[in-house]
Amino acid sequence: MELRWSDDESAFREACRTWLAEHVPTTPLPSGDTAEGFAAHLEWERLLFDARWSVVSWPEEFGGRGASLWEWLIFEEEYYRAGAPQRVTQNGIFLLAPTIFEFGTPEQQARFLPRMAAAQDLWCQGWSEPDAGSDLAGIKSRAVRDDAGGGWRVTGQKTWTTRGAFCTHLFGLFRSDPVAERHRGLSYFMVPLDADGVTVRGFGRLDGDEGFAEVFFDDVFVSDDLVLGEVDQGWGVAMATTSSERGLTLRSPGRFTAAAARLVDLYRRTILDAAERGDWVDPGLRQQVVQAWIDAEAYRLYTLADVTDVVEGRSPGARSSLNKLWWSELDVRLHEAALGLLGPLAELEEGAPDAVDRGAWMKGFQFALSGPIYAGTNEIQRSIVAERVLGLPRK
Amino acid sequence: MRFAFTDDQLAFREAVADLFAKRCTPDHVRAWWGDPQATVGESAVWHALAEMGVIGCTAPGAVGGLGFSLLDLEPLLEEAGRAALPEPLVDTTAVALHALGGPTPRDRGIVGGWLDQIVAGELAVAVVGDRRLPVPGGETAGLLLALDGDRVVAIPGDAMAATPQPSVDGTRHLATVTWDSDAEVDLAVADDGRRLAAELRDRGAVATAAVLLGLGDTMLAMTVAYVTERRQFGVPVGSFQAVKHHLADALLRLELAKPVVRHAAAVLSGVPTDEGAGLAVEQTVAASMAKAAASDAAALVARQALQCHGAIGYTVEHDLHLFMKRSWALAESWGGAAWHRERIARQLLD
Repeated sequence: MELRWSDDESAFREACRTWLAEHVPTTPLPSGDTAEGFAAHLEWERLLFDARWSVVSWPEEFGGRGASLWEWLIFEEEYYRAGAPQRVTQNGIFLLAPTIFEFGTPEQQARFLPRMAAAQDLWCQGWSEPDAGSDLAGIKSRAVRDDAGGGWRVTGQKTWTTRGAFCTHLFGLFRSDPVAERHRGLSYFMVPLDADGVTVRGFGRLDGDEGFAEVFFDDVFVSDDLVLGEVDQGWGVAMATTSSERGLTLRSPGRFTAAAARLVDLYRRTILDAAERGDWVDPGLRQQVVQAWIDAEAYRLYTLADVTDVVEGRSPGARSSLNKLWWSELDVRLHEAALGLLGPLAELEEGAPDAVDRGAWMKGFQFALSGPIYAGTNEIQRSIVAERVLGLPRK
Repeated sequence: MRFAFTDDQLAFREAVADLFAKRCTPDHVRAWWGDPQATVGESAVWHALAEMGVIGCTAPGAVGGLGFSLLDLEPLLEEAGRAALPEPLVDTTAVALHALGGPTPRDRGIVGGWLDQIVAGELAVAVVGDRRLPVPGGETAGLLLALDGDRVVAIPGDAMAATPQPSVDGTRHLATVTWDSDAEVDLAVADDGRRLAAELRDRGAVATAAVLLGLGDTMLAMTVAYVTERRQFGVPVGSFQAVKHHLADALLRLELAKPVVRHAAAVLSGVPTDEGAGLAVEQTVAASMAKAAASDAAALVARQALQCHGAIGYTVEHDLHLFMKRSWALAESWGGAAWHRERIARQLLD
């Protein structure tokens, strides 16, 4: 057990912290899930890129720093500790990019990765369809061979596409073999959203932001060089992506330890405030706050063990579903504790003069509630854990 | 950064697991349960452990120990939990030896004699963390260690009187003990005493947390085996989603508690941590996190294990209850989850 960072890692942390302290906006940006906020976040993304902080773990040739997995964790810790803006580029950087690194041709890597790092191409996911959510293998959107054009003709509909109304490209699965069933005969496509036949309609999420979109494809031409991995082998390619989503690359512990620290701060403020007014807060909240703090610490320590395994060549496999269950449910509990502390002020949104922390806790609570739903619902994850980690019978 | 056991730690763990698989069977646990006068001096399992060096492992080499840290001991305690070892490994090896033999070995003399006997597996030790509470193994202890506010004292067994207090877990052999204060031998007093007593409590909590992890592992494994075999409606009950999700919940809590306990064992062993990483939480906070996480995890696993076993688990003929009742007892021993969360709250929130 070695619980210290090396001198190089400590220096890396110091460099992150210094740059972030100088550059993180002092006033929070408007939500990146609105048109106005998205534009503001893109400026931030480009600032990150110019200083080579947008994709620290990527090789230098693609815009990164070649940082180790440990350094990436350190960067994330510092990023969230500094209260830096949400990453509106995350679906490309954290979900598509690992798949391009694994399955992409050298041409695809050179063409897409640097533009993604620079927030020039903005990627959204195209998995769910109106009739295929948890049952992803039930998708119906199809790709028909167009030999004359040297590509495919794509038709169908994707939905719940996060920030789809603001992005430039979509990645996702389409049925390329009409005869094959379920997981077979799917291909992984990368589609420019400005192509002829694409229609994007944004709509409001639970929190009111236009964070969702549905994307319609009407005989959209997609050239062969936009297929990622082998034709008809898209399921395996997509699974590589979902395991990064469930695992730690999408939601690093730094995000939750920072939120837990803010919760502790909120508790202190709330207690002082209540004492001044001769009021009290629910004593049970004290336990809830500590529990949320412990849960975030547990995730951090679990991740240290997880990364040690990865670095030493022991693959976490289906255990990555445990990560997803933990961080998504911890996030909900953490925000529930915060709303309890806020009491009658909890319902106030950004713009309300009396809103505490600009209404960020209610906003965060609503976002947290999406965690157990996206990236494979937690019911799906529990079944995966039971069948593939515990070995319970599928049928 | 490397958050994992060393190959040596894993190899020792495996050797101890082998020993338990052969000797610490459910029959052994039941025998200990049924015999309130059972003592370590007459236990074949305890002697085998002593021979392997486990009992005295935390004592310095000079007195026949292995100089193990709590971190070295932690995986062995998990194994003790997996086997529901009824003998007092936490009290003896994690707590008492640390007071008697380390970190700086006391003068020989009377303490030296005790050390030799403990390491040889001959002397039963019981630890009184709180005078008001019953003590595990109190009736048969040959040596009592009492942690008062600012004193840590040892009392020879012949100077005490015990009143048995039956526990839900029959292997605990609880008793309220009283003793003649003239017989007390000071091990540490004043500031040293306060520091040592606090350290011993943290060690007791973390060591017990490790045992709880092992109990959880076994209860979950037993349940997985049972629901895979047991058929209803023509299929294994483990194929039902409700059962799967109960057990996934249990695994989730258990797996996330493990690194918390191992981290606390490392911190209490003086493994250097890094302020920058936020790892330099005080020992008390690390220990309390560990006990809170492990107590909650074991309680949830026990609950789901019983539910998924159904009526067969609700008998004393099935072995599940041996593990479940131990987990109920240990969940509150050395402080329960809510107690430890409040202890953290006083560091973190006030």
